[in-house]
Amino acid sequence: MIHKYKLNGYNIVLDVNSGAVHVVDDIAYDILDFVNEDMKQVPDNSVIESLNNKYDKREILNTYDELYELKELGQLYAKDEYEKFSNMLKSAPIKSMCINVAHDCNLRCEYCFAAKGDFGTGRELMPFEVAKNSIDFLIENSGTRHNLEVDFFGGEPLMNFDVVKDTVKYARRLEKKYNKNFRFTITTNGLLLSNDKIDFINKEMSNVVLSLDGRKEINDRLRVTSNSSGTYDIIVPKYQKLVKERKDKDYYVRGTFTRNNLDFANDVIKIADLGFDQISIEPVVLDENLEYAIKKEDLPRVFKEYEKLALEMINRKKAGKCFNFFHFMIDLEQGPCAIKRLRGCSCGNEYIAVTPNGDIYPCHQFVGQNEWKIGNVITKSFNNSIKEYFAKTNIYTKEKCKDCWAKFFCSGGCNANSWQYEGDIAKPHKIACELEKKRVECALMIKAATLQ
Amino acid sequence: MKHIKTLNKANLKESASKGGCGECQASCQSACKTSCTVANQKCEK
Repeated sequence: MIHKYKLNGYNIVLDVNSGAVHVVDDIAYDILDFVNEDMKQVPDNSVIESLNNKYDKREILNTYDELYELKELGQLYAKDEYEKFSNMLKSAPIKSMCINVAHDCNLRCEYCFAAKGDFGTGRELMPFEVAKNSIDFLIENSGTRHNLEVDFFGGEPLMNFDVVKDTVKYARRLEKKYNKNFRFTITTNGLLLSNDKIDFINKEMSNVVLSLDGRKEINDRLRVTSNSSGTYDIIVPKYQKLVKERKDKDYYVRGTFTRNNLDFANDVIKIADLGFDQISIEPVVLDENLEYAIKKEDLPRVFKEYEKLALEMINRKKAGKCFNFFHFMIDLEQGPCAIKRLRGCSCGNEYIAVTPNGDIYPCHQFVGQNEWKIGNVITKSFNNSIKEYFAKTNIYTKEKCKDCWAKFFCSGGCNANSWQYEGDIAKPHKIACELEKKRVECALMIKAATLQ
Repeated sequence: MKHIKTLNKANLKESASKGGCGECQASCQSACKTSCTVANQKCEK
């Protein structure tokens, strides 16, 4: 399978099953309209007849030879040899945990997937005892995995920061004994950041996600406190201080775009101009009938915006002022192995979320949906059949993914979104798919423009 | 090649035979965790 497209003056050909990315001229691009997996060493007359009013016959033959050579090298029309691995996928050790230390929030963002912080289950903070049991549960179920990830999440985790600190301390004490390496992350709206908290986060967290939607008027329209005041002026200086003191450790300034700001490239650029170089602005995921949701008819506008952003990034890179946009990051050489790409996030299998009362869900997006409750870290109950189900869910068990050219980039998308908006984990969320494909196209084009 | 420039080594097949160690970062696909593509991750090997 190949995927070919034109963008920003580049003709790009992705060979899906080998992962090869080719930039081709017009003649090669056009020949690909007339050949397929069965291409032979010598072209059919129909190929030449179809193109000889546009190109010289000798050039057609020479170009065809080059394409055939790529096929012989396994870089064009490579066979899909991964389905056999999908049948071997089994339940894996748990290596990643989202600890919802606070089902409460000091913001009232209209688009919040977590029902403004409490996940619809009432405002609650996690006691240390539950966090401690969560760490124990993770270690006990992590088998031989060395690297364990713990993400402090909410709600707003800074509302329960003493528990965050005590949990980190507790886990660090166990690292040596169990031969584990904890990588902590935290996601915050920034409002409660203080110098002490910044110091702790910069010392202990391998990554930090700082929420900001971009321009002041955009951020302050939806990211508001309980008395409806905006947060931009409070949080931006705190983020700048945190990032400056963080030096080369990972962080993301992360925002959401909605139907209110389909010109979101301006928000990314605004964040870059504030001095941040690790940026993620993502589409809101909501029921399509809600006011802020990205709708099908918005897609052409959103696609143009991604293209605009891609061009800006190329220009800035050439000027030596580049920034990283998370959704355009693709590692074409050292990316994850094909096995990893079969099932993506592995929620419910390698990754789980724990609520303040210790309940376990496949991930933070499933929290509050009783049918997906897997167990509890206090009672140590755990429903292995749900884990098995997620372990076996992969791009070959999802009909629409199987034949999609982007399957090795998105790995089947967000299972929770599929469940919530398509009613079936095996049916990927349609709008998310379209957006993902466009982002991959832009990301490959940026590679073409900056590697040449 | 005159008509084609290949940007990368096509290593997906090779990665399958040596892959699956499971030590890489979990790649949450949901928007709020900022991890929507798997391809942006690094292999830990």
